Amino acid sequence: MTAIPPAPSRPRLAVFKFASCDGCQLQLLDAQGRLLEIADRFTIDHFLEASSRDLPGPYDVGLVEGSISTPADVARIHEIRGQCRFLVTIGACATAGGIQALRNWASAADYAAAVYARPEYVATLATSTPIAAHVPVDFELRGCPIDVGQLVELLTAVVVGRRPRVAPHCVCVECKARGTVCVAVARGIPCLGPVTQAGCGGLCPACDRECFGCFGPGPQPNLVSLTGFYERHGTPRDRLVRLLRSFTPWADDFRTESDRLEAADAAANAEPRP
Amino acid sequence: MSCSAAIGPPQWLAKPDFQAVIDALVAAGHRVVGPRVAAGAIVLDDVACVADLPAGWLDDQDGGSYRLRRDEAAGCFDHVVGPHSLKNFLFPAREPVATFIRDGAGWREQPLVPDPAPLAVLGVRGCDLAALAIQDAVFLRADVADSTYRGRRAGLFIVAVNCRRAAATCFCHSMQCGPAAGPGFDLAVTEIDDRFAIEAGTTKGAALLAAVATRATLTPCTPADTAAVRDVPQALGRWMHSRQAMPGAAAPRSLDTTDIRDLLFGNLEHPHWAAIADRCLACGNCTLVCPTCFCHSVEDVPDLSGDRATLERRWASCFTLDHAHMHGGGPRPTTASRYRQWLTHKLAGWIDQFGTSGCTGCGRCITWCPVGIDLTAEVAAIRAADARP
Repeated sequence: MTAIPPAPSRPRLAVFKFASCDGCQLQLLDAQGRLLEIADRFTIDHFLEASSRDLPGPYDVGLVEGSISTPADVARIHEIRGQCRFLVTIGACATAGGIQALRNWASAADYAAAVYARPEYVATLATSTPIAAHVPVDFELRGCPIDVGQLVELLTAVVVGRRPRVAPHCVCVECKARGTVCVAVARGIPCLGPVTQAGCGGLCPACDRECFGCFGPGPQPNLVSLTGFYERHGTPRDRLVRLLRSFTPWADDFRTESDRLEAADAAANAEPRP
Repeated sequence: MSCSAAIGPPQWLAKPDFQAVIDALVAAGHRVVGPRVAAGAIVLDDVACVADLPAGWLDDQDGGSYRLRRDEAAGCFDHVVGPHSLKNFLFPAREPVATFIRDGAGWREQPLVPDPAPLAVLGVRGCDLAALAIQDAVFLRADVADSTYRGRRAGLFIVAVNCRRAAATCFCHSMQCGPAAGPGFDLAVTEIDDRFAIEAGTTKGAALLAAVATRATLTPCTPADTAAVRDVPQALGRWMHSRQAMPGAAAPRSLDTTDIRDLLFGNLEHPHWAAIADRCLACGNCTLVCPTCFCHSVEDVPDLSGDRATLERRWASCFTLDHAHMHGGGPRPTTASRYRQWLTHKLAGWIDQFGTSGCTGCGRCITWCPVGIDLTAEVAAIRAADARP
């Protein structure tokens, strides 16, 4: 990869929002002492959720939250890309289209008609897509929401001028590191941990529930093997489809597998009963 | 293995009086850890009293499956190994190995924070004692020893258990690591009816037993008692070798280790590796629960101010893409190559490297594999279609 040139001594940071719940921006605001460290090392020049101080670009680092879901979003992300030397997408919406990408399997017009009294006032795209589907992205921080530790690591890497270090493994490694008993093995709960990118610290299984894949697919995920095992041990296909279609449904590997399972389910249900 | 490590004959201790063992360990300054029920499994955690032990609980284990069940007849140690092992304590998943503070133009090293108390572990099995010896060979080499491991190891007190039950995933008998607790324990207990037979394996253990004797009644076993105590793990071993299922107990697994090094190294291009990779998730769970896997990385963790940096040692796994990463990428880009690396190292390369197998037959990698991949079955499949000339 191309080496990232060292940043200026106090780089300019900007935070942008697209279709999202603001939770990733809140992670940054909730970083407490670390937020002060960030403010020490960066000048925060555009972060509307945090401050009315709003300076124009160009910026050294742009953090982008949210997915592209309107024609105006498309134009704005191109403008932002032009203003940011280093563009980082943060969270499941920005990196995978978010939970709102569930519309990609349905009709956006139907949803608009069901939700809004005057849907003709709503300009929306047929799909919700990640930022990287529209402009080049320098780095992605996954998760719903992002992990503050990973964000600080990324910003540290920018300051030092090195490659950010993110986990090269799945969530299971983090569960085992914290000593969590596997919910899939010990309780028979279908869990996406073995096929999900790490970074959360194994949060959900430590709270006695399954991983729902909010960091998106991990490296080389073998989804067919995992869903096949869950299916053979009694989990119905439609439940597995719903598990894969939650916070990162439009991520390639999860989308392909949920489509495959859905097609298999439809084919099985179409077979004439003996 | 036999119980020849014992110093003197075993002595009887009433079960409630096992509290005296815990109390004597605490009085000697130990943090006492042992089996406890938590989150649907029997884990290793702090134990304060006999009632903390999982009496009345059994664990049914199989490929990708672990379930606890109540059985009022079950003793304190009739469960077998759970997801944790001594590794979690002696070689923790993450620990700082050095911390540096910026000091003018240079750096000053901060002293490491030592453990608050030496560890005592209750209920260590033959397989895990063997695993401890294997990790010792890795971390306590004569030429270079790991200082944090050495410190914890020196203070470790082990209360072993002679197993009287095996899970379907157990195969210690194949690896000659159990079911009797082999050398390395300070104390060993054998559970019979409402009593423990307790015996010392080291002078440290004998000293603790003397402290126990001031708190509870110890009754020496007669020669006939001793023979009966010895027969508990031996009877289990005979049954494991017979591989017959019994009511309420599935037959344990077994691994034919005949010529296993040459078998595996002679079948590096066997088509079965690709067949395993169709199922393998490369998630690394097998390596993380394995009590002998020792791979780790040391990472530089600076803070944002740039004034403080910690070198942190973290568990690593040969199943991750960046393992042994070097210029141009990792050496094993496919899951087939990574599974082959793990299995051939564990069962073959380990013999060349350390003089023993890296497997003790504890079965954790089978149980905690999310899709139930079973190394005993994979080796058997390769053996059944041995492609060597």
